[in-house]
Amino acid sequence: MRDAWQHRELWGHLGWQDIKQRYRRSVIGPLWITISMGSTALALGLLYSTLFNQDIATFLPYVTVGFVIWNFILGVITEGTDVFIANEGLIKHLPAPMTVHVLRMVWRQLLFFAHNLAVYVIVLIVFFPALTKPYHMEGDDFMHPGITWTILLVIPAMALVVVNAVWVALLFGIISTRFRDIPPVINSFINLIFFMTPIVWHTGVLNKVTNGEGNWRILIAELNPLYHFVEIVRAPLIGHAQYWHHWVVVGAFTIGGWALAFVALRNYRARVSYWV
Amino acid sequence: MVSIEVWNASVDFPIFDAKSRSLKKLALGKVGGKIGSEGRVPIIEALHDITLSIKEGDRVGLVGHNGAGKSTLLRLLAGIYEPTRGSSRITGKVAPVFDLGVGMDPEISGYENIMIRGLFLGMTRKQMEKRVDDIAEFTELGDYLSMPLRTYSTGMRVRLALGVVTSIDPEILLLDEGIGAVDAAFMSKARERLKDLVKRSGLLVFANHSDETLIDFCDSAIWMDEGMVKQQGSLREVLTAYKGQDPFKYLSPETLARIGGDPVLSTNGGD
Repeated sequence: MRDAWQHRELWGHLGWQDIKQRYRRSVIGPLWITISMGSTALALGLLYSTLFNQDIATFLPYVTVGFVIWNFILGVITEGTDVFIANEGLIKHLPAPMTVHVLRMVWRQLLFFAHNLAVYVIVLIVFFPALTKPYHMEGDDFMHPGITWTILLVIPAMALVVVNAVWVALLFGIISTRFRDIPPVINSFINLIFFMTPIVWHTGVLNKVTNGEGNWRILIAELNPLYHFVEIVRAPLIGHAQYWHHWVVVGAFTIGGWALAFVALRNYRARVSYWV
Repeated sequence: MVSIEVWNASVDFPIFDAKSRSLKKLALGKVGGKIGSEGRVPIIEALHDITLSIKEGDRVGLVGHNGAGKSTLLRLLAGIYEPTRGSSRITGKVAPVFDLGVGMDPEISGYENIMIRGLFLGMTRKQMEKRVDDIAEFTELGDYLSMPLRTYSTGMRVRLALGVVTSIDPEILLLDEGIGAVDAAFMSKARERLKDLVKRSGLLVFANHSDETLIDFCDSAIWMDEGMVKQQGSLREVLTAYKGQDPFKYLSPETLARIGGDPVLSTNGGD
């Protein structure tokens, strides 16, 4: 890891290069991703706010922000499984720490995330009046506080998500390099997880459907680790009520995940160049 | 002190086919319980029991047939492969020039590729910015440096790669055979620079099939055969044993004069 830090200029530069590459031959480059994401978020927001009888002014931002965060998580997981396989040439020809390839990928995804935040800014401007005062989500029996200074919590939240992204890519990358079945398995399950995660629907709906009975149904969301990751970043950005248990779960995953990744790194780091 | 020490190192490649790479096979194999040796991954021993000690100032040529393990040995020396058995210790800043297409992005310009290669070799961005002009001058690529790399010929890529590695003052320079693609005039220029580099500091390991090139650059040699060191010694000894004849006998007087000590070159020095 210390090596990788010394190489920060390398992966920093490579990550930038990947982004610049996208601009090179098309006029608006990676903004295409932003546009497609913006229109998807808009369509889904309109559709689901009608389906679930939600107020569009608060539900559309909810879907948009969830979608931006999901795109980052999706990118890290799918490209993370592929990170060493895709860099086979570099790994076999230039001696550099394995973590360089991982950090380059995470950095690139973070830059994409920054691009996509443009959609959030637009949504924020459009719905500013509705989001800055306390509001009510259909199905919740309390008011969300609206956007306040707690929006700053997005910084530590995103930092935590990025820290987790690194171990996910390291661990999944090493396993996938050895067992080539893993990437397709993950790619086919990730779509399912998207629909299981409260992004286009809100957990309040679970309460409403069950009329307060059968609270176990809320476990559908709570047992999904990605829900907690999405929630710590999303809640401050759209002024939702914060729950500390999300942070606790994410913190636990950070520690557990890094422990696993360190074990994998120590035992198999040297094997990766043989396996690719 | 720049050095490479390798003790009894072996490099074994596991050969994963679709079956052994899959989790299913691993899981079912455990359950079935009777798949013994056939369930195990076949292994290719690319290097076997290598013991080497290369010290500062050494200029080592690597010879051997195709598939003898030259490139694998270079990668072991670069630290890309850690030995599966035995151990190795590399002290010094390594600069490998192996496959010239790798580590270079065909879509970006020569300048940007110089930067990326430099960063990969452990330089900082500032250090590389200082060297860019020097590299541009050495490679003689001129305006081509602003063109995307895909417009370059093989020889031009070699120039670029050599320009970068020789400009960054590496302590350990590892060259694979690919760099033969440049023209004679540039070769003589590169030769000067490489010799200078080796003299200043560090050591060189060079895999090549051409006697002349080896004689130019190296003073000792290692003969690789079937993943093992068959012979190690002075260049003349090893080449004589390898080729079955003394290569120095057939050198042109010009070349002999050149290696005889006076490094000043005639214009067609690479003939």
